[in-house]
Amino acid sequence: MPADGKRKINFSVLGRVFKMLHEFYPVLLPVVIICIIFASVTAAIPAIFQQKVIASIENWYEIRDWATAKTEIIPKVIVLGVFYCLSLIAITLQTQLMAIITQGFLGNMRKKMFSGMQKLPIRYFDTNKHGDIMSHYTNDIDTLRQLVSQAMPSLLQASIIVVTVFCIMIYYSVWMTLVVIAGVLVMTLVSKNIGGGSAKYFIRQQRAIGKTEGYIQETMSGQKVVKVFCHEKEAQADFDKINDELYEDSRRAHAYANCLGPIIMNIGNVLYVIIAMVGGLFLLSHAKNLSISGMAFDLSIVVPFLNMTKQFTGNINQVSQQINAIVMGVAGAQRIFEVMDAEPEADDGYVKLVNAVIDENGNITESQKRTGIWAWKHPHHDGTVTYTKLEGDVRLFDVDFGYTPEKIVLHNIDVYAKPGQKIAFVGATGAGKTTITNLLNRFYDIADGKIRFDGININKINKSDLRRSLGIVLQDTNLFTGTVMDNIRYGRLDATDDECIEAARLAGADDFITRLPSGYDTELSNNGANLSQGQRQLIAIARAAVGDPPVMILDEATSSIDTRTEAIVQRGMDRLMKGRTVFVIAHRLSTIKNSDVIMVLEHGRIIERGSHDDLIAQKGKYYQLYTGAFELE
Amino acid sequence: MIKTLAKSIREYKLSTILTLVFIVGEVCIEVFIPFITADLVNSIKASASIEEVVKTGLFLVLLAILSLTCGGIAGFTCAKASAGFAKNLRHDMFVKIQDYSFKNIDKFSSTSLVTRLTTDITNVQMSYMMIIRTAVRAPMMFVFAIIMAYIMGGSLATTFVVVVPILIFGLLMVAHKAMPAFRRVFKKYDRLNESIEENVRGMRVVKGFSREDYEIQKFNNAADEITKDFTKAERIVGLNTPIMQFCMYFNMIFILIVGSCLAITSGGTTVDIGQISAMLTYGMQILMSLMMVSMIYVMITMSFESMKRIYEVLVEEPSLKDCENPVYEVKDGSVVFENVCFKYSEKAKKSALQNINLKIESGMTVGIIGGTGSSKSSLVQLIPRLYDVTEGSVKVAGIDVRNYDVKTLRDSVAMVLQKNQLFSGTVRENLCWGKEDASDEEIEEVCRLSQAKEFIDTLPDKYDTYIEQGGANVSGGQKQRLCIARALLKRPKILILDDSTSAVDTKTDALIRKGFKEFIPETTKIIIAQRIASVEDADMIIVMDNGNISAIGKHDELLKTSDIYREVYEQQINGGDNSEEA
Repeated sequence: MPADGKRKINFSVLGRVFKMLHEFYPVLLPVVIICIIFASVTAAIPAIFQQKVIASIENWYEIRDWATAKTEIIPKVIVLGVFYCLSLIAITLQTQLMAIITQGFLGNMRKKMFSGMQKLPIRYFDTNKHGDIMSHYTNDIDTLRQLVSQAMPSLLQASIIVVTVFCIMIYYSVWMTLVVIAGVLVMTLVSKNIGGGSAKYFIRQQRAIGKTEGYIQETMSGQKVVKVFCHEKEAQADFDKINDELYEDSRRAHAYANCLGPIIMNIGNVLYVIIAMVGGLFLLSHAKNLSISGMAFDLSIVVPFLNMTKQFTGNINQVSQQINAIVMGVAGAQRIFEVMDAEPEADDGYVKLVNAVIDENGNITESQKRTGIWAWKHPHHDGTVTYTKLEGDVRLFDVDFGYTPEKIVLHNIDVYAKPGQKIAFVGATGAGKTTITNLLNRFYDIADGKIRFDGININKINKSDLRRSLGIVLQDTNLFTGTVMDNIRYGRLDATDDECIEAARLAGADDFITRLPSGYDTELSNNGANLSQGQRQLIAIARAAVGDPPVMILDEATSSIDTRTEAIVQRGMDRLMKGRTVFVIAHRLSTIKNSDVIMVLEHGRIIERGSHDDLIAQKGKYYQLYTGAFELE
Repeated sequence: MIKTLAKSIREYKLSTILTLVFIVGEVCIEVFIPFITADLVNSIKASASIEEVVKTGLFLVLLAILSLTCGGIAGFTCAKASAGFAKNLRHDMFVKIQDYSFKNIDKFSSTSLVTRLTTDITNVQMSYMMIIRTAVRAPMMFVFAIIMAYIMGGSLATTFVVVVPILIFGLLMVAHKAMPAFRRVFKKYDRLNESIEENVRGMRVVKGFSREDYEIQKFNNAADEITKDFTKAERIVGLNTPIMQFCMYFNMIFILIVGSCLAITSGGTTVDIGQISAMLTYGMQILMSLMMVSMIYVMITMSFESMKRIYEVLVEEPSLKDCENPVYEVKDGSVVFENVCFKYSEKAKKSALQNINLKIESGMTVGIIGGTGSSKSSLVQLIPRLYDVTEGSVKVAGIDVRNYDVKTLRDSVAMVLQKNQLFSGTVRENLCWGKEDASDEEIEEVCRLSQAKEFIDTLPDKYDTYIEQGGANVSGGQKQRLCIARALLKRPKILILDDSTSAVDTKTDALIRKGFKEFIPETTKIIIAQRIASVEDADMIIVMDNGNISAIGKHDELLKTSDIYREVYEQQINGGDNSEEA
């Protein structure tokens, strides 16, 4: 949050927003702008005709001859009417097109942001709070809506009207115009000061809302604990304190904003009086007029001038009401652009996974059809292409890694996993077990050393192909809104229903799924809230199984399954693991006992390695763990 | 519903009323001003003496100052009233939620409570502000302006008879059409945001399966649909301006033609130029006020959903009711279940517990074992009355739990939840949840008992080490030990551990149980565990299966009598490879 406060508001962002609008709507945008200009001008011009009509009334006042006066007045009114009609058309067009552009723009921004986000490295999601990322889609987009649909057009419109009215004013009288300008300067000054204050508090209010939301989130998610400890009163007291702070900021922000309107309007009223008096003085003193039209000073100048003053003030008031929207919109746009501009996950891998056919001589050729056999297609510098069968041989050579360059968390890791082997990692929380698996699928890139997959350096492999050949089941199961079937199919989008069911059977999930109210068509929502943690994990295992990857990573995949159920799952898992290279991180040592190799990690180093029997015989750390002398977490 | 919400205005009633009063003042002056300006124009036109012009002018300035004062104060009190109202609403909701039972919390889910406390309240605050600012202003402006228009313009004012109904009809049509469209699209919008959240949360899965493009495609389809719906809704609302403009223009032309005709034929006796310009001004005001009304109409309907969601929280009946003459003392730690049946909700088809009969004596150590979904947690949650039984009764120290004062009961029955949580704050602050004024010795003692002391002593600031939100900077095992310490600090008669040592190693686990036996022998200890080792030395082990008690007994007995127990035991002794042996 402090970073947010310090971030300078950069108004050049407005230019970028405009450029993007133009990009999305190369035709519509100019049309809208023309409409706005046209509508503004036609809103200003009628004042001339209105005044001309009044002047005519003046002339015919004494004569009282409506029949003759009619011939002079009616044409003027007709011209006025024509202008009104044009303005009406322009305004209708403007508002309709504006709705299309605004929403289209927001939709495009959402899409751009989302697709940009999908390409960001995992690091981004690990280092940013999910709530903050979400607020780009909700709060920031909302501020953009205000900015594009209201603030920017009204800014444009107001400045056009101001310019037009200004021209007309000069046309009538320079002296009087100067008076108006002086008044407008005062207004601008006031709205800048008060509006600035209001914007300041609005930003503070935004921050206070963030703080309140954080507190509410923590308390609500721990509400059951609050209840068990009868801690309601204390929670309430803390909340009230934060709530009061929010109230203070919110009150100030809105007080400033609310006062701005009356202030501007009444400065306008005073200005009106001044103009009237100056006009009166001119009239009475028969001072010489200076104007483009060369008209002499009379009532037909003073009256429209007064109207124009009102118009002027009204427009400035309108702009001043948008100051908050502009400041907040610019801040929101800035944050959105930051997401869009963030460095995407680089993928320069050129080794791709292809369907392959192997003839009796063992030669591998590429196939367009799905053959069930995969090969790495490796193009070389000299133009030749070699194919390597996908087998799942993973080797790490002397790998170092740190999430930041200053702090290395893994040191000299060597792991050789031959196809079909089961490799287990054991160690305390923070020892680096999960980190190793993060490196295999290149969520993070290693600092030093080498990782080879089927003999190919994984840096050369296309990332999505690499990940396709590595199935993962994570400790925190994430399911998506959709049916159970959809969720399993997530592992391979072109899997048939039968294949999905087969995978579920393999994972031991079929049993409970068929007992769900709608079986495989049961809708899951809210991360599968209606399922138990164990059931969610079973679906996640099925999801990984359907992809039929040669290598699987099981990160605490069975942690939430009770021992009884685990016996069932274990059989499924064993079937699943057969013929695959498997990396297992498990909490319960019983589940990894039968691994080919067990690696014991401590402080980012492998301190022991070997089979269960070897390690027990060594009587080292693993032995202590196994006999319960040490805590795993 | 509005009545319930309005109760939260409380001390901000004065600000609200003041706002209304000052706005009335502001409007009065505002409506009066054109009258004076007409005078001003006339006196200039009539070439009256400069003093007269100045006099009228000064009067106008005075009015402007008055109007500014009223407007300024109104703006101020209005901000205070609406921000205060929001504050009170938030407070009231929070109070109410603190009163909720587990059942109520389950019903709403914590994420939905968060939205209700934040976004929904902000919406209501904004519309409350709009309402008190314009609810008086708009109708008053309208009435005043109409009256003044008739006084000033006389017959010219008949124009409004035509224009006003057209405008009202037009605006109503727009609001009527736009409202449902918006409501629909907002629902979709919520769903879209939920799916984004899901995506962000599951990013490792998305990337792990290389499903970025698939997710983008899915999102684009949803986003396009929403854009389409939003555009439709907004285009309807966009019609407001042209309708308004049309009426205004119509009004202008009418006044100009008829006005000039009247002025000329009568030679300024029925209508003069000042009147014509005043009529133009009033015309604007009348139409603007109608526009405002239609705007609040839309605003209110848009915040209607939010109001409803807040209302739901406020009127939710806490499902646990205190009895009339509660018992304020829990005598001992004995627990009896008599024919207990329990369902999580009335609608649930399946009972979580069926016909449970159980007797636990004070000071006993009881172990509970069973698979997921066997209702182990459901069983123990009935003891501190986190939920009420559907049938039968649960008695603590011989008295039905429903007859105790809830606070007394829960202070005597400490429960360490399965999904436990630490809160941001120091270790000490977290522990003191158990006992507010605990001394250092007391804290140290319970930490020794829960085997937490050792690792706390290695922390940089010992008991003053700051724990991040959700306990992110301590390991699972450490967190569990802190949670046990926190519960022990209550000095409970009954201590319930719901799978609370799962991340603690077996040795420490054993030490904790040994400590319990030695130092709190009189406390009844109920331990739910996955590991047989955690319960095998208990006085009584309950094997749960599918909402029923499948067997009760000591370790040795159960090995002989309970298939389930034996199966779990063997599984744990032999490890994961019994499938190969089989």
